Formats: sequence, C-alpha cells, structure tokens
Amino acid sequence: MLEMTVNGRPVALDVEPEMPLLWVLRDELGLTGSKYGCGIGVCGACTVHVDGAAVRACVLPASEVAGRSVTTIEALAADDLHPIQKAWIALQVPQCGYCQSGMIMSVAALLASTPQPSDDQIDEALGNICRCGTYVRVRRAIHALAAESKK
Amino acid sequence: MREAGTSEGFDASRRAFLLKGAAVGGALVIGVGTGHGAAADAGVARDGGAGITQWVVVEPDDTVTVRIARSELGQGSFTGLAQLVCEELECDWRNVRAEYADVNEHMRRDCLWGSMVTGGSRSIRESQEMLRKAGAAARQMLVAAAAARWGVPPVECGASQGVITHAASGRTLTFGAVAAEAARREIPGQVALKGPKDWRLIGSPVPRFDIPDKTTGRQIYAADVRLPGLLHASIVQVPVFGGRLKSADVSAVSGTRGVRKVVVGDDFVAVVADNWWRANRAVRALPVEWDAGEHAAVTSDAIRARLRTGLDAADVPVARRDGEAEAVLASAPMVLEAEYHAPYLAHATLEPQTATALWQDGHLQVWVGTQNGEASIRAAAEEAGLPLERVNVHKLHAGGGFGRRGAHQDYTRQAVRLAMELPGTPVRLQWSREEDIRHDRYRPVESVRLRGALDEAGNWIAWQVRQAEQSILASVRPAAVRGGIDPVGVRAFADNPYDVPNFTNTYAMHDSHVPPGFWRAVAHTHNPYFRECFIDELCRLAGRDPVEFRRPLLAKSPKDLAVLEAAAKAVGWNDAAPEGVHRGIAVADAYGSFTAAAVELSVREERIVDVRRVVVALDCGHVVNPDAVIAQVEGGVAWALGMAMHEEITIRAGHVEQSNFTDYPVLRMHEMTARVEALLVPSGGFWGGVGEPPLAAVPAALCNALFAATGRRVRSLPLKRHGFSFA
Ligand code: FES
Ligand code: FES
Repeated sequence: MLEMTVNGRPVALDVEPEMPLLWVLRDELGLTGSKYGCGIGVCGACTVHVDGAAVRACVLPASEVAGRSVTTIEALAADDLHPIQKAWIALQVPQCGYCQSGMIMSVAALLASTPQPSDDQIDEALGNICRCGTYVRVRRAIHALAAESKK
Repeated sequence: MREAGTSEGFDASRRAFLLKGAAVGGALVIGVGTGHGAAADAGVARDGGAGITQWVVVEPDDTVTVRIARSELGQGSFTGLAQLVCEELECDWRNVRAEYADVNEHMRRDCLWGSMVTGGSRSIRESQEMLRKAGAAARQMLVAAAAARWGVPPVECGASQGVITHAASGRTLTFGAVAAEAARREIPGQVALKGPKDWRLIGSPVPRFDIPDKTTGRQIYAADVRLPGLLHASIVQVPVFGGRLKSADVSAVSGTRGVRKVVVGDDFVAVVADNWWRANRAVRALPVEWDAGEHAAVTSDAIRARLRTGLDAADVPVARRDGEAEAVLASAPMVLEAEYHAPYLAHATLEPQTATALWQDGHLQVWVGTQNGEASIRAAAEEAGLPLERVNVHKLHAGGGFGRRGAHQDYTRQAVRLAMELPGTPVRLQWSREEDIRHDRYRPVESVRLRGALDEAGNWIAWQVRQAEQSILASVRPAAVRGGIDPVGVRAFADNPYDVPNFTNTYAMHDSHVPPGFWRAVAHTHNPYFRECFIDELCRLAGRDPVEFRRPLLAKSPKDLAVLEAAAKAVGWNDAAPEGVHRGIAVADAYGSFTAAAVELSVREERIVDVRRVVVALDCGHVVNPDAVIAQVEGGVAWALGMAMHEEITIRAGHVEQSNFTDYPVLRMHEMTARVEALLVPSGGFWGGVGEPPLAAVPAALCNALFAATGRRVRSLPLKRHGFSFA
C-alpha cells in the first residue's frame, strides 16, 4: 500500500509504484482537474504541488510521492476562490481552459516563492504550453497579482 | 475551419414516429417560427422551466437558460450567442445561463437549432439574425401572456430587465411569473429587431460563462467524463496512412494488471483497462506488425517535388483571369518572380482527441468535445449501425478545436467501436499525444509561384499566381471541388482585394496519402503570407513604401484599406521606428472580416528575433463581446507567431516524423513577450468572423519586418528552418 496525503486527506493506494502521480489522481482518486497533455513532462497541463513545489505529475512515479503531501487545483483555494483564480476570472484569462489548471498551479508556486516576479522570472517558471495563446493575459494577471501583494 | 456540416441528409420521413417518442424533460412544448425545423412544435421545455421557442427556457424564479447550438472551444460562443438572444429578450442578464441544445432532439426534429457546425468563424455571423429574432419572439410571447392576464392590449405593455410593465396602470409581472402561459402562446410570425444604436448587450464585454469553472478544475472535458464502471482506453494506429494491421500478439498483454479487453481493428489496436496509464502502457507494449501498404516510401521531399511539377504544369485550371497577365509580364520593364512554400501542420489541441461511449439497452451515448454535433452523431450512428434516434451525443466544451474536431470524427468512431464490444460499460478513449500528432488531419502543404510586373513608374500592372497544393475539400467534401479547383484553397488569391488590371490565378491540385484537414484559418494561414510578402517584394523592387504602394490598389476595397491605414497609424508607420527596431505590415480579409497587422521587431546576431509589438486592426462589422474579440486577437497572434517560427510536420517512410511537443514545438510563454495591440475598428452593417481572421495578416507582417531587419526574404516556413529563433 502506498500512502500519501492528497488535498489534506490521507490516502492509501494499491497501485504499481511506477504509475505516474497524474493517473493516481485522475483515474484512481477521480480528481480530474489535473490534465494530460503530453505525458512526458513538457506541457505542464498536469502540474500539481508536492510538498508545496510545482511538479509535473505525468512523469512523477507514485512511489516517489509516498509519505508526501499533494495539492491539486481542486484544493488550491482554502475556501471559495484563490486570489489567482479571482485574477484569472477578472482578466478573463482562459480560452479553452485545458491548460489552465496546470498554469494556475505553476503560477501559485511561483508567487509563493517570488511574490513580485519579473518578466524573466515568469518566463523561467512558466514552461506551460497554452495552445490557445493566453500568454498575454497570463502575464498580465501575474503582474496584477504582484501589484496587489505589494499593497 | 470551414467544413462540411450543413444538416441535410437526415431522414425526415422518420420524424413523425420520432416525435411521438420524444421524451422531453418538462411539459411545456410550444411552437416557434424562428429558426429552422418543425414550426408547429418547436419549443423545448425542461423540468420546471417553460420553453419559449426552442432557444429560451424561463423558470418560475426568472432564471433564463439560452440553448446554444454551436460549440464552446474557448472562443466565447456560449456567451456571445446568448448575448444575441438576450439583447432582444430584455431579460436581466444576471439571471442568464447557457446550455447545449440536445443533439439527438436536433436531429429528430429536422435540425431544430439550425446548425451546430463550429468552424469557419461562423457561429455568430451565421446565426445572429435567427438568435435575435428568437429573443424578440420570446419577449413578445411573454409580454402577450402578461397582457392577457391583465386584459389589456399587448401594445400597451413593455419589457425591460425581465419585468413586463403595463405603463398605464403601473402593474408589473416578472418573466418567470408568466413563463408557463407564454410558452402556450402562438409564436409571432414576424418580429421587429432593435437597431444597433439601441443595443445594450451586443457590444458589451460581459464576462464569459465558461471561465470560472476553467480556473477551478471543475470544467468537465471529454477527457474528464467519469461514469459508473467507466473503463479507459488507449489506441495505436497504423503509422503509415492507408496501411493495415498484419498481426497483433494480444496474449502478450492480456494478463497485464487492469487490462480488460484488447480490440484489434483493421488499422489499429486498442487496449481497454481500469486506468488509462495501464491501457496506454499495455497498448504500447503490444507486439504488432503493420502492413504499411503502398505509401511506405513517401517523404516530404517527394511530396514537395510533386508540387513543383504542379508549378510547372501546363493546362491547369484557372481560378480567376482578369486582363492579359501573361502578355503584360512578357513586355513589362520590371518583373519579379518568387516561389514560396508552406509545410504540413498539426492542430495539437492541448486536450488530445477523446471520446467516451456507452452502449446499453439498445441505445448509444457519446460524450465528446466536438465542433460539429451533427457530424459526431452521424459518425457514431454509422459506426454502430444504428438509426440516429437511438444515438445521442453529449457535447462538452472542447480542450481546443482549431478545426480538428469538426468534420473528422475518427476518435468518436473508435470510442463507439470499443463501447460496442463492451455492452453496458462506458469506455473512455483518450489518444496519447503521440497518436494525436501522428494521426491528425493536417493543414496541407502548398507551393506557389508568383510573378509580378511593374511599369516604369513602379506601378503594379500585372501578376500571376500558380498554386500547387494538396486540397482539403477533395478529401473531406469532394462534391465541393469545382473544375479541379478547391474553392477554399484559392482563397486570398482568387478573391484578393487588389485592383490590378491583369491577374491570373491558376491551380494545380496534388493530393497525397497524408490526410488533410481544416486548420485554424485554413487557406488564410499561408495564402496571405505568400501574397503579402510578395507584394512587399514588389514594393522593394519599385522603391515604394508598402502602405503607399497598396493605397491606390485598395481604393475599391475600402474596408481592407481602412484596416491597413488603422494598423499603420497605430504603429506609427510614417514616423521613424526606434533605433534597431524594424517594421513590417500586411493586410488580409477572411471569414467576412477585414484585418491588417503591423509588427515591430529587432534581430540580434542575425537570427534571434525579438518581436516587440504586434498591432492587429480588425473590422468584424458588429462586435458582440469586445473583450472576447480582443482575446481572439491575442490568441491569434500567438498562434500565428508559433506557426511561423516553429511548426512543421514532415513525412518519412510514409509516416509523420513528429510525435510530441518536443519535436512539434508550439509557441511558449517566453516567446510571447510582444505587446499585442488589438485595434477593434468595427464599421457596422455586417457580421464578420473573429476566431480566425485576426491571425491571417500576422505571418506576412512578421516576415516583412524580418526582411526590413535583415535583408533576408524568407520564402518558406517555418522560420526555424532558416536559422531564426525567438529571443
Ligand atoms: S502532461 Fe505532464 S507535462 Fe504534459
Ligand atoms: S486555454 Fe486552451 S490551451 Fe490554454
């Protein structure tokens, strides 16, 4: 049995140790907010937090998450909406939206460590692919959040 | 993304029988004369809500639900189409929701909601009148119901913000209070529509309905469908298009953990398991032998060589001929000839192709992100060998469309095939990214040869365009090919806006075994690039300014000229660019809209391109939701920049060489540093498309700026092939 904490709840799983965390979340636990886009750690659609750090769940074997704490988009907000989600709605960021769970989780990790990121730091942290091309608004929303946090 | 998809072909003779069996959720079904379909019984109710026309449901608590026929792909159709209905309905926008019209009912009732096709940037432009009329009809029915209750003539009553008022007596009723009575009323045969100056919702940047759930992970895509007992499937298809499966050693994986079934088709193997990762691992491990068939040796170079023969061929069809281009070119003082080329491209929707199907108790249900509900249900019914009435398709917001999920329903068929083998069990087929890239329907290759002539004064007096391309319509809708010409393929040439007295557009079709498809902006992804770069070349030859050169030639196309002038003005075309910054400009009209782009960039080390600024001027006639339109411009610019720099599908040994975002890169965040300026210049009086037009002029403006910066004329894409990269 593999034990970990997912969104604050302890879970015990009988899965292959090499099964990537993404499929544990999506198909074993029914948490479909994290998406499959490439399966090779390139697009970022599957981004979740493990012990607070952004990771690509599609290439992280479940065995490496044993005893650790996973947070997915479903539990990003403590209550209603996280400030990032509010900014995303205010600036109407998503188009198709398929990349946005991963995008938002990447941004959350970035802003947690770097509350006022420069454009270069944004570029560095956000390797997430958005095929709809929402990059302009993602950047704008991050800067808006940074300005907000300065206040 | 224009595609086949009108609704003809449905067997209307079944309708009488079907209507009897139509189990509609609620009770209040009334007729309406707006839209298509059976006029006498068109209203579609729902539990607790009154169907006032097939488009509008009003609940007792005043909630208004608008039925949406087209698909939400992220372009904002769910919201924009509802705005059109509610502009005339006069309800309170805060009470409005949207939901998909039922596909099965749509088909049973002779395309009750018009068309579900979501491509060719047509959702708004092709349904705006029908939807505004539906809103007006529903409002009239509500007002008439209130008037009848009060015993006053309807003309003495008005509606605003969901409240009907009889001014003389000061009495009011909400829409919800009279909805049930309204639903039983006769549908007005004629309605009056507001003029643009009275619009309040049309033109308003209301927030999109679909956005909140797309920030919380709650949005359910086809990939996220979870049903009791659901199994997951992954597929591997024959790598060479047209090939066959020779043998598969099913026993090698059948004992694997979680594997429930292996399905072997003519040209694929699929594994169904209790977890997608297990299904995918097993299908990849499954030993298969393919018969690659007759195309096993085809390469991109061979395909391009065939296009070249098309450039040289005599006796090819003429798409347009004005004057005597050949003769003028033969004697003109200045002649320019250039060949351009564009490769195959993949859609790479971020959600790979996915569909879930359930075959149970003689009925088939499919959950799918689709751009064409009619195509999905027909494909499902055909694959299952069932009449349409026993099939339903549940549309879900798609994780990107761009033309991939319209006419081509291969993934829907496959999911149905798997589900039919497992009666009573829902099967979710999700393609791996590798399958998605290798089994797309590709933006086809094209080569063109352009010849242009200038007189002594540098005026453009003649041109010839020879296109050699793979046709989309020859594959997708052969009946639309006319005299050897694909009418979609010649767009931006045969219908170009330039007033040049001598022009010939000839067209050589060269199909290959690589399946072609509609790709965001279709022919407007490459034809405007060829045309507008070539014109830039002519300007250089003539020693003329690109805007000034085009001005007289666009005098008879004032809307094209106006967007060109707007983009030029915004970018400061007549003023010197900042030190080290270079500019390019281009114009294109597409899908009923007019657009021009101006790009500012710098180039380091002769190859590192820093795009500083992209201005796109767009005249789409009427703007329904300006913020959604601006988002389409921003997304379109990213799409165009990525396409121009990176995207290329190549063929080796008959199959696609690329397989994931490593070898098929798309634009990334760090490459999107340009300031994007969406300049909406709606001139009114028409309804143009928005999903595709904004990207049409961008690649040419980019390459023209690149020429200004480097003196290098890039005549084929992608730019990375020429050593360029984004900063
Ligand atoms: S799905 Fe994990 S990075 Fe793409
Ligand atoms: S919003 Fe569609 S991929 Fe990002």
